[in-house]
Amino acid sequence: MIIDINFIGLIIASIMASAVPLILASCGELITERSGVLNLGVEGMMIIGAISGFALMTVTGSLIIAIFGAMLAGVLISTIFAFLTQTLITNHVATGLALTIFGIGISAMIGKNFVGIPGKEFPVLFEGLKDTIPLLGPILFGHSIVFYFAFALPFITSYFLKKTKIGLIVRAVGDSPGSASNQGINVRLVRYACILYGGAMSGLAGAYLSMIYTPQWIENMTGGRGWIALALVVFSTWNPIKILIGAMIFGGLTIIQFHMQAIGVRIPVQFLTALPYIVTIIVLVVISRDSRKIRLSTPSSLGKSFHKDN
Amino acid sequence: MHKFFIRSFVSSLVLLFTFTVAAIAKDVKAAFVYIGPTGDHGWTYQHDVGRKAVEAAGFKTTYVEGVPESADAERVLRQLANSGHDVIFTTSFGYMNPTNKVAKEFPNVKFEHATGYKREHPNVSTYAARFYEGRTILGTIAGTMTKSNVIGYVASFPIPEVIRGINSFTLAAQKVNPNIKTKIVWAFTWYDPGKEAEAAKALIDQGADVIAQHTDSTAIVQIAEKAGVYAFGQASDMDKFAPKAVLTSVENNWGPYYVDRVKAVANGTWSQKDTWHGIGDGMVVISDLDSQMPADLRSKVKKLQADLASGKVHSFTGPIYDQKGNLMVAEGKTADDGMLAGMMTYVKGVEGDIPK
Repeated sequence: MIIDINFIGLIIASIMASAVPLILASCGELITERSGVLNLGVEGMMIIGAISGFALMTVTGSLIIAIFGAMLAGVLISTIFAFLTQTLITNHVATGLALTIFGIGISAMIGKNFVGIPGKEFPVLFEGLKDTIPLLGPILFGHSIVFYFAFALPFITSYFLKKTKIGLIVRAVGDSPGSASNQGINVRLVRYACILYGGAMSGLAGAYLSMIYTPQWIENMTGGRGWIALALVVFSTWNPIKILIGAMIFGGLTIIQFHMQAIGVRIPVQFLTALPYIVTIIVLVVISRDSRKIRLSTPSSLGKSFHKDN
Repeated sequence: MHKFFIRSFVSSLVLLFTFTVAAIAKDVKAAFVYIGPTGDHGWTYQHDVGRKAVEAAGFKTTYVEGVPESADAERVLRQLANSGHDVIFTTSFGYMNPTNKVAKEFPNVKFEHATGYKREHPNVSTYAARFYEGRTILGTIAGTMTKSNVIGYVASFPIPEVIRGINSFTLAAQKVNPNIKTKIVWAFTWYDPGKEAEAAKALIDQGADVIAQHTDSTAIVQIAEKAGVYAFGQASDMDKFAPKAVLTSVENNWGPYYVDRVKAVANGTWSQKDTWHGIGDGMVVISDLDSQMPADLRSKVKKLQADLASGKVHSFTGPIYDQKGNLMVAEGKTADDGMLAGMMTYVKGVEGDIPK
């Protein structure tokens, strides 16, 4: 194997590309959970986004319509969840699981006619600058717009939650919906908005997979990434920057274990395959040891239904 | 009272007539049990293409997709046998025991199990395809087309089917180019486009300029297209996904066999068989050869294809040694089907160990 600096740059770039869907879906779910709603339907919303994006791209030929359509599809399906859990006060866990099963089923149904159709090339930005700087060139340049958005998102999310008034409201609703309601905040409205936002981000994550990362549609193509995104939110203790770290470690180890196999490192392959899961959990647990901080950032009313009159 | 008797007499006549007609013009109904979704564009998709061929031949078909290889399979099989299906195709290795178990309970229903070896009852047949013949062709092309002499291979699970493919591919590549190295990466999935893409990327980053795959999605050929290296289509013709990268594809073609067997059931000529068809019988099809390949390579491949079909050339012709240098197949001999069916060791020249 040739260890040159551009080779390392290429590996880091592919690690970042594989982390994009996890970051998008996790940051979306983070906002939902900070408002006190546990939506286990991330996988379902992602797969709906994936098929919607791919179908719209194939039918309309417009990438912009496809990307926004996928986000809208995520919003629409999460509206079902929002209506059930917020208006009809159903159980969050059961409803979220149902949403995932529903999403996988309906995406397969819509997708029947889109199997075996090649996707379109998605435009990348700054392609020409890729070779100008060693190491950093392939990391910084030549990616899709969604890629750049995904890496800005954790910082935007962090800023939003810490420094803005609306962010404060979201946290208040998640920590103590009763007090927030007494302050005149419409808890249900805030939670609706947060659920729909989570849906949009999951939809975008799915569209990234079916339109940019591997431009094609096959059933179940999200392959459990929604569940990993969910786990990242919890293990990062609801901290967007730690989500970024976790997603990079997870994506990184998945890719590095393939490299280790190709080099011929004599470690059992099954162990290498399990490595991303094990190490991501260990690292996130270690960096989030401070129990005071965990208590501060854990939305206390997570997963509990809120009735306005109690 | 009188009216009632006439009425019931007439209606029972009508009923009897309907039944008789139904029995005479009894349509043969075929059922298919799939491990994955028909939308996988790989293994199950190709079986479903075969099912559509049966339908086109004028028979009624049903299918159940995503059936786990567990007690659920038995339940599904029993249900299908009970609901008037005459022949049931079970299209995954793991259905072997459920198929034989349910076949015992329904001696009048024919069972066809793909890729298995157990035929415990006279109403169970097995069938499989010699995909390794296709991989001999891919290996020949890969060994000739590579410039870096590093060939990447994305594998799924360590089972004889996959090991056999790796071996046959490597033997053929070595024959045309003794300097090649086959780097194998196990993805531990049959289809997960994201993971397959990452595996292919890793191989390309490490210098592989031809990528072969034994996973189902089209992600790998797309990655190859982007990186400007060569690749081969799996299960179906994947040329349209990566017109520059795909040199050819090995297609699974179950249709003719399915139509044949359903017709045999209809004619009453069905009998137990163990079928293992290759290029010669058209169960393994080689797609069009890409024009980027030099003309002499193309004619060489065409000839190899014809020789594999006629049996003049066998993918596993001795001398073949395993990784430790022990003789597996003696000079002038070919590997028998028993050895092929249970092949769990790499041949010399393949790097790494088989995951245990």
